Amino acid sequence: MTTFIAGTGLHTYYGSSHTLHGIDFAVRRGETVALMGRNGMGKSTLLKSLLGIVNPRQGKVTMNGADVTGADTHAIIRRGIAYVPEGRGMFHNLTVREHLVMSARPGNDGRRDWTYERILETFPRLAERLGSLGTHLSGGEQQMLAVGRALMTNPDLLILDEATEGLAPLIRREIWHVIRSIKETGIASIIVDKNVNVLLGLADRHVILVKGEVVYDGSDLTPESEILKRHIGV
Amino acid sequence: MDIWFFLIQVLNGLQYGLLLFLVASGLTLIFGIMGIINLAHGSFYMLGAYLTFWLLQSVDSLLLAIVLALPISAAVGYLIEALLVRVLYRRDHLDQVLLTYGLILIFNEAQRMLWGGDVHGIKVPAALDWSIPLTDTLSYPVYRMAISAVCAALAVGMYLVIQRTRFGMWIRAGASNRDMVAALGINVNLLFGAVFALGAVLAALSGAIAAPISSIGPGMGDTVLIICFVVVVIGGVGSIKGAFLGALLIGLADTFGKVLAPDFASFSVYAVMAAVLLVKPRGLFA
Repeated sequence: MTTFIAGTGLHTYYGSSHTLHGIDFAVRRGETVALMGRNGMGKSTLLKSLLGIVNPRQGKVTMNGADVTGADTHAIIRRGIAYVPEGRGMFHNLTVREHLVMSARPGNDGRRDWTYERILETFPRLAERLGSLGTHLSGGEQQMLAVGRALMTNPDLLILDEATEGLAPLIRREIWHVIRSIKETGIASIIVDKNVNVLLGLADRHVILVKGEVVYDGSDLTPESEILKRHIGV
Repeated sequence: MDIWFFLIQVLNGLQYGLLLFLVASGLTLIFGIMGIINLAHGSFYMLGAYLTFWLLQSVDSLLLAIVLALPISAAVGYLIEALLVRVLYRRDHLDQVLLTYGLILIFNEAQRMLWGGDVHGIKVPAALDWSIPLTDTLSYPVYRMAISAVCAALAVGMYLVIQRTRFGMWIRAGASNRDMVAALGINVNLLFGAVFALGAVLAALSGAIAAPISSIGPGMGDTVLIICFVVVVIGGVGSIKGAFLGALLIGLADTFGKVLAPDFASFSVYAVMAAVLLVKPRGLFA
C-alpha cells in the first residue's frame, strides 16, 4: 500500500504553547488508523496540522508524495480528504438536503460512488428529515449528516474526530456499523474516539499520543496491553 | 390627496425602496456572511454612477455604458477585498471601520481628481423617455418603472441564487461556519471575494441606473450609505429578506414624508427605524 498522507517531524504551537513535539504520522491508501490518547495530548492538533487548519512551525506534510506544507485547507482537502470535526460543524442555516447537496463532488479519479441517494439509503433517518435545519437534528442525526456530507465528496481518506462522542449506545452502534461498511469500500480513515475496544477491533493500526509525541505506532495492541492501561487508562 | 396622486407616490416609494434594496443587500450580505462592516459600500454606488457618466462620453448607449461599468466595479471590489479587507476578518470591527472609512476618503479624493467637484447629469435614454398617462393631468415616467422592474427582477434573481443554487448554499454556509466550509474543500477566500465583488456590482448598478433621475456629484455615496445602514438595521443585520422589506418601508416613508410633511421629511426614515426597533430591537428578521 502506498502512503496517502504523511506528516514528518511536525512541531505545532498555539501561541507559545508547544503542542506537537516532532511527530511522524502516516496513513496508507485504504488503511484504517486509530489515533488514541487522553484529552489534550494533541490528537485534534495533529489532524489540524495535517489539514493546514493549524500550520506547523517545523516539519513537512506530504500527500501522495507531494509537499503540501503550508497549503490552504481547501486545497489539501481537495486532494481527497473528508473531515468530520469534533462538534460536527453543522451549518445553522442549511437544511439536511442542502448540507448534502452543497458538498457533493466526484472523487479525484472521477468516481461517484457516494451519491445523494446512496447517502439516504445508508442513513434512512436523514431521508425523513430532509427539510429540517442541520442544527435542529438530534446529536445522532447530526453525526450521520456530518458523515454523509463528508462521503458526498467521494474521499480517499475520511477523518473522524470523536464521531460517537455524546451519543446514545444504540445510535453509536449504528455509526460504528456505517464506519465498518465505509472501511469495506476501501476508503482509508483516521478515527479519533474514546471507545478503545471498538477501535482495537476495527483499525488496521493504532497510534497513541502522549503530550504531543507518538509513544506507540503498531497493530499488536490488545485490551490487556500494558501501554493502553498506562496511557489511555483502559 | 386623490387616488392617482397617492398611487404615484406609492410607485415612487417602491421604486426608491427597490433601488435602496440593491445597495443595502450587498451591505447586509457582506456583513452577515463575512462579518465586515463596509463603510465604503456607498463609494461603489458613486463609482457606478461616475463610471457610467464617464463611459457615456465614449459610447452613446446608457445600457452599454452600464454593462461596461459593472465589470470594472466588480474588479475594484474584488481587489479591495483581496488586498485590504481579507486581512481584517479575524480582527476587531473597529479596525474594519477605520479601514473602510479610510477607503471612503480615498474614493472621494480619487473622484475629485478624476472628475472634479461639479455636479453632472445623465439623460434618460430616448426609448424610455416618455410617461404613461394616468389621468388628464397626471402621468408616470416609464424610466422609473423600468428601474423598479430591473431592481425587482434582480431581487428575485438574488433570492433564487442564494436559496436554490450550490453557490448560494456555500454563501449561507460561509455565514454560519467559514472554517467548516474550507474543510469541505471550498475556497473561502475566493467565495468571499466573489461576494464582496457582487455587493460592489449591485451598489454600482444602483448608482448607474439612478443617475438619469438624480444627479451625479461629490459625496453622493455617503448619503446613500447612511440610508442603507438604516435599511440594514431595520431588516436585521445579515438578512436579505429583512433588507428587502426594510428598503421598501424606507422608500415609502421617505417619499410620503416629503409629500405629507416636507419640513420633517428627513426625520421620517429615522422615525420608522425607531418604531421598528422599539418593537423588534434586533430588526425585523435578525
